Amino acid sequence: MLDFLTRFFKPERSGATAKERLRLVLLSDHLSLAPDVVESLKRDLIEVISRYCEVDVANTDVSFEQQDSAVAMLANIPILGLRNGRSTPPASPTAPPYEPPSSATPAHAALAHEPQAAADTALVTPTVETAVPADTVTSTVEPAKPKAARKRRRRRPNLSQQAPAT
Amino acid sequence: MSGRRIVLTSGKGGVGKTTTTANLGAALAQRGKRVVLVDADIGLRNLDLVLGVEKRIVFDLVEVVEGRCQLRQALIKDKRFESLSILPAAQTRDKGAVSELQMAKVVEELAELCDYVLIDCPAGIEHGFRSAIAGALEAIVVTTPEVSAIRDADRVIGKLHERGVPIRLIVNRIRPEMVRNGDMMSVEDVCDILSAELLGIVPDDEEVIDTTNRGEPIVLDPNNHLAPIYDKIARRLDGELIPFTNLSAPGFFGRIMSAFKAG
Amino acid sequence: MQEMTPQNAAVAASVPKPRGRAIVVTSGKGGVGKTTTTANLGTALARTGARVVLIDADVGLRNLDIVLGLENRVRSHVLDVLEEKATLEEALVIDKRVPSLQLLAAAQTREKDEVDTAQMKALVERLRDKFDYVIIDCPAGIEAGFQNAIVGAEEAIIVCTPEVSAVRDADRVVGLLGNAMKVQLIINRIRPALVKKGKMLSVEDVNAILRLPLLGVIADEPDVIVSTNRGEPLANDDTSRTGASFRAIAGRIAGTDTSKPEIPQEPTFFEKLFGGRR
Repeated sequence: MLDFLTRFFKPERSGATAKERLRLVLLSDHLSLAPDVVESLKRDLIEVISRYCEVDVANTDVSFEQQDSAVAMLANIPILGLRNGRSTPPASPTAPPYEPPSSATPAHAALAHEPQAAADTALVTPTVETAVPADTVTSTVEPAKPKAARKRRRRRPNLSQQAPAT
Repeated sequence: MSGRRIVLTSGKGGVGKTTTTANLGAALAQRGKRVVLVDADIGLRNLDLVLGVEKRIVFDLVEVVEGRCQLRQALIKDKRFESLSILPAAQTRDKGAVSELQMAKVVEELAELCDYVLIDCPAGIEHGFRSAIAGALEAIVVTTPEVSAIRDADRVIGKLHERGVPIRLIVNRIRPEMVRNGDMMSVEDVCDILSAELLGIVPDDEEVIDTTNRGEPIVLDPNNHLAPIYDKIARRLDGELIPFTNLSAPGFFGRIMSAFKAG
Repeated sequence: MQEMTPQNAAVAASVPKPRGRAIVVTSGKGGVGKTTTTANLGTALARTGARVVLIDADVGLRNLDIVLGLENRVRSHVLDVLEEKATLEEALVIDKRVPSLQLLAAAQTREKDEVDTAQMKALVERLRDKFDYVIIDCPAGIEAGFQNAIVGAEEAIIVCTPEVSAVRDADRVVGLLGNAMKVQLIINRIRPALVKKGKMLSVEDVNAILRLPLLGVIADEPDVIVSTNRGEPLANDDTSRTGASFRAIAGRIAGTDTSKPEIPQEPTFFEKLFGGRR
């Protein structure tokens, strides 16, 4: 319904629609085709979360899901316990009240994928929920409008000048 | 000095690889370059048909690879262009008949005989595709400004990058009036999404069907709107710095007001 | 309603339930409109209430999802099901507009030769028990992808454009399909004005070579491009001529439309726009 209303009030030409859909679909395709990137991401995530909690590394899973207007990263990180001897984690202004999880409670963090700033903005307020199936997890933050992931050098055609010879 | 070995590929079928191979090859030959066109679409050959040489096939690529004839015997010399030859595919075999290594060897041998080897790649990313790109040192990716074509081109570009093959893009069948109305993605949109260097822009033209029906390359007819476009693409490929043609001149898509580039 | 006694149950069980029809949409030549046809025929059949499943057999180059506008709902794909990494229910995507239409997407990051032909056949058989129509979108070409797409099908629809290469490839495919399969033809992207000028093969020309029962003829109109841009099949659009053509073809497939296919005579949108240029 929202889809229809959006289009009714803001009619978008299909060419623009096509471009946007392609951008998302290709991002999703590229992520599926880069298992090494996903592995590194997973390792880094585990490393950071491990500073605060004991993590069940073997059962950790990171995947990407294409949603209506963004590609989201879903991280399923089972938490076994709090780190002993550690001070309580720094309070984040948007963090919900901290509840110590029961043992082996999966923490689902739905994060918007911001490819160009993956390291600094990807971790935003992980939600700690008890035994919630992955497909009902909702994101706690609005996915930031992802910029197009560019692994290759962007080449804008310069139609007013001559194309360089290879 | 060995000739350039270029594969024309796309992922998606039906975007104009064969037509582009034929016309680009003819345009290069018209400029005096020695060109060999290789049809790598074994089992579904069409380059011969598009060039009008289908009745002159004696031997094909598979027979060359299996040693049943010499390479030179299989090459069909075009009667209209002095320096253009075609190596046809086999029609009744399948793509497993030629391995990547065998294809690379044939292409290498051909490169010693000419300035350009253009390989017409089959659709898809299966064995036929892998063989076709095996001998190439450069690639031209052909796409149309449509969602499926671009998605497939992206996949193919990824595979070519894995092999370190430099890529240039031809955007085929663009419809200026639809782009103007926002009903079709523009050339800039396509290049943006694919991050590839542009080699040429070819507008959609119903006359192309007629030329393929008759097996006559477009550059043979100087009155054909697309002839100068293929000529420019050939020259650009050859290293000349050629600007993209402005299509808004009267008499050419005259009803379209806004400036639109092709060529 | 008869009481279900053990005798009645035995009788009921012995009456064979009609199995769904398995139809592959193929062509040989790429880019002639197989995927668009699969999406639209599936939609049109499902709109009549039939339970329809569409299978994208183009492993590595999937596009049926994007043509249907369902690309962001795909979670698992055919290979996941075949390798038992996902259940069929998890992989099936229900269409946004027509609930009795479902999609089984292809794997985007795998290769066609990873599909086991026997398993593919078994999957199609399984789907025929759950759906009235199992329609398989075949990839271009005649390699492994093609073989896997046709393996479960009992019927084939050849999509062909009125161009020499397409007709030649379609002819080759007909030869490869063998005699066991029921094969019918859809001619796509006809441009009536060009046919009249003798610059394009006519329907009669195409069928003189292919000699197949004709399901329908579709004109080359720009609304197809707009519809794939948006991911909205034209069979859902009551104002579209192309949509109407697909709905009529669906009717012929279902046996509810016995009319002969109409051959478009009016110039297409672009032919009108550029009419008189040459």
